[in-house]
Amino acid sequence: MSTDTLAADLETALPTTLFRFATAGSVDDGKSTLVGRLLHDSKAILADTLDAVARTSADRGFGGEKGGIDLALLTDGLRAEREQGITIDVAYRYFATDRRSFILADCPGHVQYTKNTVTGASTADAVVVLIDARKGVLEQTRRHLSVLQLLRVAHVIVAVNKIDLVEFSESVFREIEADVQQVGRELGLGSDGISDLLVIPVSALDGDNVVDRSERTPWYTGPALLEVLETLPAADELESHLESFRFPVQLVIRPQGALAPDAVAAGLDVEAYRDYRAYAGQITEGSVKVGDQVSVLTPGQDPRTTTVAGIDFAGSSLEEAAAPQSVALRLADEFDVARGDTIAAAGTVREASADLYAALCWLSPKPLREGAKVLVKHGTRTVQAVVRNVSGKLDLSTFKLEGASSLELNDIGHAQLRLAAALPLENYLHHRRTGAFLVIDPLDGNTLAAGLVKDHPGDHEDERYSI
Amino acid sequence: MSTFLTEETQVTDAAVSTRLSSLDTLESEAIHIIREVVAEFEKPALLFSGGKDSVVMLHLATKAFWPGKVPFPVLHVDTGHNFPEVIDFRDRTVERLGLKLVVGSVQEFIDSGELAERADGTRNPLQTVPLLDAIQRNKFDAVFGGGRRDEDKARAKERILSLRDEFGQWDPRNQRPELWNLYNGRHTVGQHVRAFPISNWTELDIWRYIERENIELPGLYYAHEREVFARDGMWRAVGEVSQPLPHEEVITKTVRYRTVGDMSCTGAVESDAYTVSDVVVEVAASTLTERGATRADDRISEAAMEDRKKDGYF
Ligand SMILES: Nc1nc2c(ncn2[C@@H]2O[C@H](COP(=O)(O)OP(=O)(O)O)[C@@H](O)[C@H]2O)c(=O)[nH]1
Ligand SMILES: [Mg+2]
Repeated sequence: MSTDTLAADLETALPTTLFRFATAGSVDDGKSTLVGRLLHDSKAILADTLDAVARTSADRGFGGEKGGIDLALLTDGLRAEREQGITIDVAYRYFATDRRSFILADCPGHVQYTKNTVTGASTADAVVVLIDARKGVLEQTRRHLSVLQLLRVAHVIVAVNKIDLVEFSESVFREIEADVQQVGRELGLGSDGISDLLVIPVSALDGDNVVDRSERTPWYTGPALLEVLETLPAADELESHLESFRFPVQLVIRPQGALAPDAVAAGLDVEAYRDYRAYAGQITEGSVKVGDQVSVLTPGQDPRTTTVAGIDFAGSSLEEAAAPQSVALRLADEFDVARGDTIAAAGTVREASADLYAALCWLSPKPLREGAKVLVKHGTRTVQAVVRNVSGKLDLSTFKLEGASSLELNDIGHAQLRLAAALPLENYLHHRRTGAFLVIDPLDGNTLAAGLVKDHPGDHEDERYSI
Repeated sequence: MSTFLTEETQVTDAAVSTRLSSLDTLESEAIHIIREVVAEFEKPALLFSGGKDSVVMLHLATKAFWPGKVPFPVLHVDTGHNFPEVIDFRDRTVERLGLKLVVGSVQEFIDSGELAERADGTRNPLQTVPLLDAIQRNKFDAVFGGGRRDEDKARAKERILSLRDEFGQWDPRNQRPELWNLYNGRHTVGQHVRAFPISNWTELDIWRYIERENIELPGLYYAHEREVFARDGMWRAVGEVSQPLPHEEVITKTVRYRTVGDMSCTGAVESDAYTVSDVVVEVAASTLTERGATRADDRISEAAMEDRKKDGYF
């Protein structure tokens, strides 16, 4: 493309939106190759990077006589990964089409699969699960789908890969597709109104149905993977209709004008900001307008209701804002509001609670034991907590809860925690952000678990969480 | 509880009609991270070299705290081999925003014998020691960097909040999982955290943002005439610390810089991009990565960046 037409394209192009997705699958299913293929075919790989990869591929004799480029080398960035031919850690990659900018997390599939899949899926709008067409749905596939259901990933796309190795057979594909849909039904995935489930035949190595529809799978009439990724609504988009505005306060912006002239940004009239006070944060859910009624939730206090007097962002005043915008809110009443408080649409939040029932994805080699003292980070607040009991561990292949009194690395279980301060906890099923928390080791500060808030057993227990 | 189960079905008329653009989403994410670090750490600082990524970082920080002032100092690790116009830009920017500037000097460490000049004359890898020294002496517990994951394979594996031990080392095989937008910055005494709020930005995002926000940059990012000579397949500027060898012919070319680092290892590219919108077009059409095109220090080996990062580099 000449730079002239490119300049014209850039002029007329609509602003692109951002879409985050992750890959999941067992070792050798072709995740890295698929990612490399997407990057390569969408021309996100620049010549010097491709040269380096081609050199290394040749050095290692990739593709035998025929030669070729090992596209997996594009994502395996650490020395140990390239040497061992495996992916150790989540790698983030970027590419863009005319419509969208993509952030993609390539998640390794070996022993640490739960840890990596949970990490990649927690921020993803979609997850692409790979299946080797020769192997079909494995126990690992069931586990991955189960984790994605638990994390409420909006779009799950199953790529039946290496379709070239089964002679592009429709019957092999249909059989795997039926198995996937069966697992989906068992899980409620794709039929719960929260997520959808799509199955696509691909060859990551050759590129069939990755960027363009393939002529070698005439029996498949659906879209290629990239077409799907370009058109699916992002999770924030799906949730922007929710009336449940949520805004965890990060910090208070209070330059104090003439009282502390040095705290006001250079070039501003210090006198004008004498009484300025705003609450900075990122909208985690829903939207807010000037004049909206909101509740300020402070642990240990009754909710206080006021109205939104202004929405500021770096010198401009907004009429409305929505997730995931970072803004500063001014309130009509002079409440004492601090970091860790939450501002929410009035009347939409249940009472804060110090009893936390949750599903925990255990991510640390240090096991969880009943009675353990931990920290819970929820929104912008971190509180001490004690683990009251572990009520069971999920068998990810049968989706049943088994008895267990401790959780080990990569286990997903149910537990009850007692918090040192009541928090505005919400069911993760309906609130991806305010229903999520971290469990942190108070001794070394490491992240121990990803937590998903469940309803109290006495409340309406949601069946989907009883899996 | 009942309110929760019904709200899914209610559609609010306040539904925001347009989706945020990718730049707005990236900006909001970065500002959220900057505010988290300021709220949770005692003494943060921002690495500021006058390079485009650090200029964008500082711009984001001014937006994050408006109308308040940026609540942390900026830190520059001075190789002593800087482009004079970049140092000038650095000082003007710090002055304009009324910030405090802390400088760690590679030259001082060489003069005192604590560091030795490398055979290839490159000083970029020498920045690690003065950087860690400045962090320790000023008791910074969080340091903002403008690193982006699209810059390099090793950076692609870096967390947004990245824990460093007492020796400033990065352990890529033992990183904390980063979940949702909940960042865990807990650390023990002696450890510190590197924060990378623009991890998810690409080079093109940076330029589009510079264009959109009308952000001033040092002039050498735009096409200008300069005396250069060819070395290692790059155009190197003639300067005090960057002298041509007898066989290297000096010519005048219209060039610009894609990265601005140590004068002894940063090369220019031939370019007629005189304005920011010219640069956006040029970057969009480029077939080389910015580091591959212009950084001798990253050409040393496939794992050059990973090795430097493990030792405590940016
Ligand atoms: N024939 C064929 N081989 C593939 C395909 N996708 C991946 N492979 C090969 O399968 C092996 C494992 O791929 P890789 O991407 O490293 O798998 P990962 O462990 O899931 O990242 C490599 O030898 C790839 O070249 C495909 O679609 N067809
Ligand atoms: Mg891999």
